[in-house]
Amino acid sequence: MSTILRPYLYLAGGIALVLVLNLLVGGIGSYDQRIVVNIGINMILAVSLNLVNGFTGQFSLGHAGFMSVGAYASAAFTTMVLPAASDPMSQGLYLIVALLVGGLAAAVAGLLVGVPSLRLKGDYLAIVTLGFGEIIRVILQNVSSLGGALGLANIPRHTTFLWVFIILVFVVFVIERVIRTTYGKGFLAVRDDEIAAEAMGVNTTRYKVVAFVVGAFFAGIAGGLYAHYNSLIKPDDFGFLKSVEIVVMVILGGMGSTYGVIFAAAALTYLPEWLRSFTMFGIKFSDFRMSIYSLVLIVLMLVRPQGLFGGFSFKGRRAAAKKAPIG
Amino acid sequence: MLSVQNLHVSYGAIAALKGISFNVPAGTVVTLIGANGAGKTTTLRTISGLVKASSGNVMFQDTDITNRPSHEIVKRGLCQSPEGRMIFPGLTVRENLMMGAYLRNDRKGIEQDMEYGFSIFPRLKERMKQAGGTLSGGEQQMLAIARALMSKPKLLLLDEPSLGIAPLLVKLIFEKITEINRDLGMTILLVEQNAHMALNVASYAYVLETGEITLEGPAKDLASNEEVQKAYLGM
Ligand SMILES: Nc1ncnc2c1ncn2[C@@H]1O[C@H](COP(=O)(O)OP(=O)(O)OP(=O)(O)O)[C@@H](O)[C@H]1O
Ligand SMILES: [Mg+2]
Repeated sequence: MSTILRPYLYLAGGIALVLVLNLLVGGIGSYDQRIVVNIGINMILAVSLNLVNGFTGQFSLGHAGFMSVGAYASAAFTTMVLPAASDPMSQGLYLIVALLVGGLAAAVAGLLVGVPSLRLKGDYLAIVTLGFGEIIRVILQNVSSLGGALGLANIPRHTTFLWVFIILVFVVFVIERVIRTTYGKGFLAVRDDEIAAEAMGVNTTRYKVVAFVVGAFFAGIAGGLYAHYNSLIKPDDFGFLKSVEIVVMVILGGMGSTYGVIFAAAALTYLPEWLRSFTMFGIKFSDFRMSIYSLVLIVLMLVRPQGLFGGFSFKGRRAAAKKAPIG
Repeated sequence: MLSVQNLHVSYGAIAALKGISFNVPAGTVVTLIGANGAGKTTTLRTISGLVKASSGNVMFQDTDITNRPSHEIVKRGLCQSPEGRMIFPGLTVRENLMMGAYLRNDRKGIEQDMEYGFSIFPRLKERMKQAGGTLSGGEQQMLAIARALMSKPKLLLLDEPSLGIAPLLVKLIFEKITEINRDLGMTILLVEQNAHMALNVASYAYVLETGEITLEGPAKDLASNEEVQKAYLGM
């Protein structure tokens, strides 16, 4: 009984924690609040990409593309379809509906990209998803009804700290739950050894598509939250560098370690803010941030290929697997 | 139970199987022996639906399963322990075994079969919660065989269970193969380079050379065949 209840206790605990933090967040300045909300959105992005790149072992480089599909679809829905919301109650309700629209749109995009390209291996998938992200960006730049390159403005600010983190708790709950079931182990089997998984009767293509579509769905929701927080979205918000940033969070956090990835998302969102005024040779940190990321990644791959936290999850199995004797 | 007819498989321009035919009658152990690159793994992978045949048929229990998706073939009762073991390094021993039972829902039967696996390979039980990747080569081979058994197959395909493990363990594993065949009445198709061991446990054997079957007969006859002795038994 207790083992059946435990995950729900975690869920309740997570929600309680968010509620308490929500009271505290009310007391901090709006600049800091903005950072905290961005951290939450990035956590959702990283945790959902982790399902694809970490648990299922595919290399997707187009997460920002799915985020943008969700952001634009939900924002368009709110501004063009839904009536104006005045009270917090209907604001919340409209946000949920808009997020679902954004999530579903992104999931459909995930299906369209995933079905043909998940037959491709490794690098090819990375290239196709990268291409997808760029194509979406260029399309958005040219659709004038969505604001073109200037972006879509005047999106009502329905997103709050509470919504972002409650949704984060649910996303983490869903992924962590699924991954612990026998069905969920199929994702890990695909990552560990695709041919063996296939030989055991696992439909590996289906798993990859499911991971991809679910990952895209959550990225779309994150995009919707982003849109309804910033009020203005531009195609360039969701460029290639945003995808790279999310991938770095997943790798740094240790592919397949949800909590490591959450921590990495927080760190990589906060650090640039913290170092904002930091300059080196007269160059602002935000301008050479990506070079630092690359450097950190290279060092990490050499010193700790399982990621900073990979190895804590699953009772140290992944770290142990790395030390496995050959033959 | 299994009947392969005139099977052709190519990887691009390379013809790996050039029309092979063989039979595996129910309840028997049949072996396919051959040197490196003869096409043994290709044969098993094609039977399992992991590689597509360009022509020919694979009949399993009177059903044509040629080029069917592998999950459908496993469901029909045909499962393999792949070459090089291919266990899931990040999953525990228990989870590896559960993946073998991936297409089954009968909880009781699954537990029973896991117990059977543990009874023939007690070492796996001791290491139940350990990551598959931390097992020794021999233990991984045991796990791969036990995992294939977890699908409750009617026909078990074994791809070079002797590969890369110590002679003493090879002996143990081949004893277990005989035991599985006897205990469960399991039909087994064994693919091996180690002709000595394979001919010992099998009742019938085929010799595969560069994609063609060049010789066949009862395993005992082949073991005393001069050509086989020279080419495969190092005599
Ligand atoms: N994926 C592949 N792509 C191209 N050629 C392949 C592929 N797999 C196998 N081959 C070729 O097909 C032939 C048969 O290979 P196969 O692996 O079936 O041999 P084998 O009998 O299992 O050998 P071994 O004893 O070394 O495992 C070889 O010439 C090999 O080079
Ligand atoms: Mg082989």
